[in-house]
Amino acid sequence: MPGTIVDDIELIDAGRGGGTPPPAGGDDDDGGSSGARRPVPRRAYFTALQLGLAAIVMFFMALASSYIVRKGLGTDWQRAPIPPVLWFNTLILLASSVTIVVARKKLEGGEREAFRSWWWVTTGLGLLFLAGQIIAWRELAAAGMLLATNPSSSFFYLLTAAHGAHLAGGILALLYVAFRPWSRSRISQETAAELTSIYWHFMDGLWIFLFALLTLGR
Amino acid sequence: MVTHENGGGHGHHQPPSGFIRKWVFSIDHKVIGIQYLCLALFSVFVGMALSLLMRFHLAWPAAKIPFLSGGQMTPEQYLALMTMHGTIMVFMVLTTAPQSGFGNYFLPIQIGAADMAFPVLNMLSFWTTFVSLVVMICAFFVSGGAPIGGWTSYAPLSALGEIVGPGQGGGETLWIIGLAIFCGASLMGALNFITTLIDLRAKGMTLGRLPLTCWTWFVTAILGLLAFGVLLAACILLLLDRLAGTSFFIPGGLVVTDQVITWHKGGSPLLWQHLFWFFGHPEVYIAILPGMGVASHLLSTFSRKPVFGYRAMVGAVCGIGFLGFCVWGHHMFVSGMSPYSAFAFSILTMTIGVPSAIKTFNWLGTLWGGKIQFNCAMLFALGFVSLFVSGGLSGLFLAQPALDLYLHDGYFVVAHFHLIMGVAAIFGMFAGLYFWFPKMFGRFMNESIGKLHFWLTFIGVYAIFMPMHFMGLAGIPRRYSEMTAGPFLQKLQPLVVFITIAAFITIGGQLIFLFNFLWSLFAGKEAKEENPWHATTLEWSIPSPPPFDNFGGIEPVVYHGPYEFSVPGAADDYIPQHLAPDLVRKA
Repeated sequence: MPGTIVDDIELIDAGRGGGTPPPAGGDDDDGGSSGARRPVPRRAYFTALQLGLAAIVMFFMALASSYIVRKGLGTDWQRAPIPPVLWFNTLILLASSVTIVVARKKLEGGEREAFRSWWWVTTGLGLLFLAGQIIAWRELAAAGMLLATNPSSSFFYLLTAAHGAHLAGGILALLYVAFRPWSRSRISQETAAELTSIYWHFMDGLWIFLFALLTLGR
Repeated sequence: MVTHENGGGHGHHQPPSGFIRKWVFSIDHKVIGIQYLCLALFSVFVGMALSLLMRFHLAWPAAKIPFLSGGQMTPEQYLALMTMHGTIMVFMVLTTAPQSGFGNYFLPIQIGAADMAFPVLNMLSFWTTFVSLVVMICAFFVSGGAPIGGWTSYAPLSALGEIVGPGQGGGETLWIIGLAIFCGASLMGALNFITTLIDLRAKGMTLGRLPLTCWTWFVTAILGLLAFGVLLAACILLLLDRLAGTSFFIPGGLVVTDQVITWHKGGSPLLWQHLFWFFGHPEVYIAILPGMGVASHLLSTFSRKPVFGYRAMVGAVCGIGFLGFCVWGHHMFVSGMSPYSAFAFSILTMTIGVPSAIKTFNWLGTLWGGKIQFNCAMLFALGFVSLFVSGGLSGLFLAQPALDLYLHDGYFVVAHFHLIMGVAAIFGMFAGLYFWFPKMFGRFMNESIGKLHFWLTFIGVYAIFMPMHFMGLAGIPRRYSEMTAGPFLQKLQPLVVFITIAAFITIGGQLIFLFNFLWSLFAGKEAKEENPWHATTLEWSIPSPPPFDNFGGIEPVVYHGPYEFSVPGAADDYIPQHLAPDLVRKA
């Protein structure tokens, strides 16, 4: 970058010694930690989470576009019945997004006991949702729609299972936040709770999308 | 101002003691980088051995090969070798070495960080990659052997199981599972790379001061992050078709070896192609972009001139990355797609010529009037440019649907992708290895042996792949195990033999490289100074090999751009990035 070079040489020629502040860089670190190794900044965890969600979006978009293409190209598509329990499951998951917000507010307010209670409620709702999904599978199977019966049922099982696996990952994260000894950790429990709640809301939104695809796109 | 969390977890910054923690399950990005490079080195020799067997059979089809059952190679065995050669080379060499190997080792150092953002995740991605390699190689040893469907594993051949051929049973299943595991590993790696580059840059390391190597590792990681999830989804659909009886990719009414397939119907083989190539085309750039970064870096360093048009180079890398997601359809011109779609994909594909030309001319502009040092690293970087141009130009032919219809299933395509994606990328790796070897191991590789290696390889790969263009134009089909079936094929048999001999000599040249590599590790000339090449970037400001936390607990500060060579008014012909302006000696 010739421009930079000229600037620097002008500085040299002007004879300005020592203490020329370096230009602002990629890190807005306050510089108070020289001599010690910098810990990973808090924002790195949020960056990583967003990148992880981007990868998950690509994964589900690949499945969703396959759904649309397979339905459009094939001549054998049958409308899969939507088990009514899915509506109930959706409400459960929406409620869990509310309870996780409440839990985080309690944690920020220092009300540890209340936080723990609401956090457990969220975990319980998550487990209830997964149980509800299994009931939906059983209902569909009872209606004669198995995995290989028709592409519509194949996609139904696949999309719900893929979402369920990701949500189960969220439940593990909830348990991790609840049980981990945070005093010796690289990040605080508040940060971990915030990261988990972002992921949880995302799983909630993802389910709404998938449910809409399965219902409206039959 | 950034908020730092409490630092209770600093324990992991201490150098580990014990062999297992230090060299096997290491969380040090440098060790992990070397592990990736070793994995790629092992894989590249496996891949080359497979190609030798194929070339031998193509040249002398009647000759017996001792360890094959029956002695003579069957077409199915040839296809299995081809499939595994492609898979191992693309995934375990071209994807791992330039990005995960060199990128892991040098990205954190070049941006002034002590490690990757998530060291444990980094370790996990390596070991997941290792598991995926083991699973894939297991495909050789199951009943039926390795799959025969090519590295693209087109459905329905890949979806129907053993009925369509040996290797399409357990071998193909293992192949898909291995690939799915590899997707997970690559996603973890990509996430770590991007986070590290965004959030762990040292003070003063603005985006405009990033070495071009870091830019290419960054864009490559973004491509990986967005592409591997799609491949993972495709692998899951394919596995379900194979194992659970679904029909995502299998159409109805197929007749295989006189048997009508009645248990599948309605699926779309084209769906697999769309999903695969949506990943597959970015994958090409995942292989080649890091090589571009290394070439830019070395051309500047060894011609003692700043990179010509740094911003244009960054723009071109981003442009190539973006366009890489818009052109997957050009792999499918022969699939019967609508001519309108083909036209759109064709125009978009040819648009990639624009950033590619920007890069090429800027490389030439960098060299122009420079004080060029022809050492091994520079020779390989120049070789990269040569191969990039030779391999890239044939891409413009293939980007035109009318021409592609004729050329698609012939050797012209083999020549094209080997030059641009295979050999050019490998030249980028060699350039990087000869350049960074003294930093990584504290010793130089032998220059005389290195030059012999370069010339053997450079002339060798042209001798192998240039004639393939003519074979393709003459109508020789690819994927055929023998060229002796028809008179028009037989006429070019002498050329096939010539290519095989060239391949033998070129692969022999790689043994010279292997000797040089191993010998230099233990007995090479010691690299006593930190910065033997008089280079500018941060890795040359620390000892060779670098200490555990790279900068010895000191946070580096960056004051200069990455390529400040031959600066007017300065006494030395290079200004390191970390040198405070008042310490730059005036002429």
